Amino acid sequence: MKSFKEYIAYPYGLWMLIFIAVPLLVVIWFSFLSNPDFKAGIYTFTLNNYQEFIDPVYLELLYRSFLYAVIATLICFFIAYPLGNLIVSLPAHRQNLMIVLMIIPMWVNFLLRTYAWMVLLSGSGLIAQFLGLLGFRDVSLLYTQSAVILGMVYNFFPYMLLPIYTSLKKIDPDLLRAATDLGANHFQMFVKIKLPLSLPGIVSGSMMVFMPAVSTFVISNLLGGGKYMLIGNLIEQQFLTLNNWNFGSALSMVLMTIIFLVLGLARLITGKELDTGGQIL
Amino acid sequence: MKRILLILSLLCLPFLAGGCGSDDRAQLTVYNWGDYMDPEVIAQFEDEYNCRVNYETYTSNEDMYVKVKNSSDTYDVLVPSDYMIERLISEAMLRPITKDNIPNLSNIDAAAQNLAFDPGNQYSVPYFYGVLGIVYNTAQVTEPVDSWNLLWNDKYASKILMYDSIRDSMGVSLKRLGFSMNETNETNINAARDALISQKPLVMAYVTDNVKSLMASGDAAMAVVYSGDAAIIMSETDHLGFAVPKEGSNAYYDNFVIPKNAQNPELAEQFINFMLTPEIAAQNIQYVGYSSPNTPALALLDSSWADNAGFNISSEDLAHSEIFKDLPSDVMEIYNRAWTEINVSK
Repeated sequence: MKSFKEYIAYPYGLWMLIFIAVPLLVVIWFSFLSNPDFKAGIYTFTLNNYQEFIDPVYLELLYRSFLYAVIATLICFFIAYPLGNLIVSLPAHRQNLMIVLMIIPMWVNFLLRTYAWMVLLSGSGLIAQFLGLLGFRDVSLLYTQSAVILGMVYNFFPYMLLPIYTSLKKIDPDLLRAATDLGANHFQMFVKIKLPLSLPGIVSGSMMVFMPAVSTFVISNLLGGGKYMLIGNLIEQQFLTLNNWNFGSALSMVLMTIIFLVLGLARLITGKELDTGGQIL
Repeated sequence: MKRILLILSLLCLPFLAGGCGSDDRAQLTVYNWGDYMDPEVIAQFEDEYNCRVNYETYTSNEDMYVKVKNSSDTYDVLVPSDYMIERLISEAMLRPITKDNIPNLSNIDAAAQNLAFDPGNQYSVPYFYGVLGIVYNTAQVTEPVDSWNLLWNDKYASKILMYDSIRDSMGVSLKRLGFSMNETNETNINAARDALISQKPLVMAYVTDNVKSLMASGDAAMAVVYSGDAAIIMSETDHLGFAVPKEGSNAYYDNFVIPKNAQNPELAEQFINFMLTPEIAAQNIQYVGYSSPNTPALALLDSSWADNAGFNISSEDLAHSEIFKDLPSDVMEIYNRAWTEINVSK
């Protein structure tokens, strides 16, 4: 008889099958059909949905989505890395407090927080009023590219901070002391010891920010006012308004393939499984 | 052990499927636009007819169509607009109305009946109507609001709100260029597309439900809205006006229909008849704020409604407006493509 531990994974396996594997197969299947009529039982196999994607309009959209996601990821990194260092240097109880403070906003619904930004950024909002006091009149912050990127950075920032913090915390302080002892200056110690050791956290954090950012449609819709369409919006539109589920499925598959490639690249950089050293929490 | 876990997971299945059937009253499932019916009125119907109304909402005709077409859920009453009714009829998805069961049909203005999308109202019963126009801030907009050209005036850069919907935004652009809202010529559709792309730098945002707060705060100077929405915004905020441009516009009719696979069509007809009762219709108008074709109900409203330009639409504005037609799918593909290009453009 197998151990109890093995059986306890069964419901999880069933769950994965029903809610991940089957829907994924359905999406793959859909992406190869043209105008199926399920009631009449007509399914025509085609590659058109993928061919249709090779079009300057859609490629430009893909480029824009990647650009925004990369910018958001970089901004998150440049804020999270120094902050992670700062938190690690604090006494243990303060560290926990800081981390909890970072997590608490995530308890508030994502949509609600994005709506809050709409109010803050609007022409009559707090930020515009403050800028007005300083003499900048009529600044429009909402419905701009910057607002979309700000929304991404704000919403996904904790996913960058937590893995970086975890990997920095794991570094044995003795290693850093030894480096200084052996004559490394601050810069050398950072480049040769700290950065390589925290790389898994950086890569994991970057993935955790990049993936939701590249596929988001809510942030670009709410903070971009429908002016800055991303690939996520295009997919949403195919399903909800244009009723072209097959092209929408093909788009989803393209996006997923690219994300997998990026993940593979990340794995090459760290040389091992992504989840080592960089788990959130 | 394995068997126990199997049984446990099987026991979980009913919860996944959902559903509880403790209520044995007759059930009516209504699928309507968001904020498009007074919940009080629905409760009154439940009491009077001893039934339970399952009320669900959608945000666009297209959303509704996708759901009704693809979902296994069935609905008893839908409230699509003109062109969508035309499509549902052509796809044989609707059930003819038995007019004898809806005596209150006599309350409906003849002008809202027998329209091209459903000749003789075989399948649909008028609910609300209106026309697409411009709501504007009278303090910011100094020139007369009588043309769609105003939306291309760079004096109002970043102060213009467009409507985030293919047919409506394209329709505005088509009308401005002197074409039909139901244009099928590719060159003309593309001309309308190019005009919208050139307008994009002036546009503050493409919105649907956020118009109200942006107009109320004065952040936006003008917005393309449906008259019913304009009526609501204007009843809550001063310094706003509503006008239908002289080039003509889109008139819309949202009607009750009963899907072919409705579970409870008799109750659905009773529901529609109930909604057309003058007192009920008047109460519902005061909640929804859209223009109603229910003549006796209009007589029950106080005079402030007649003064609201978004509610009391002139018959001339209505007369030179077009009703959307359900365009063939190859034409819709040109529209969809144009809309994507507008969305992607900078």
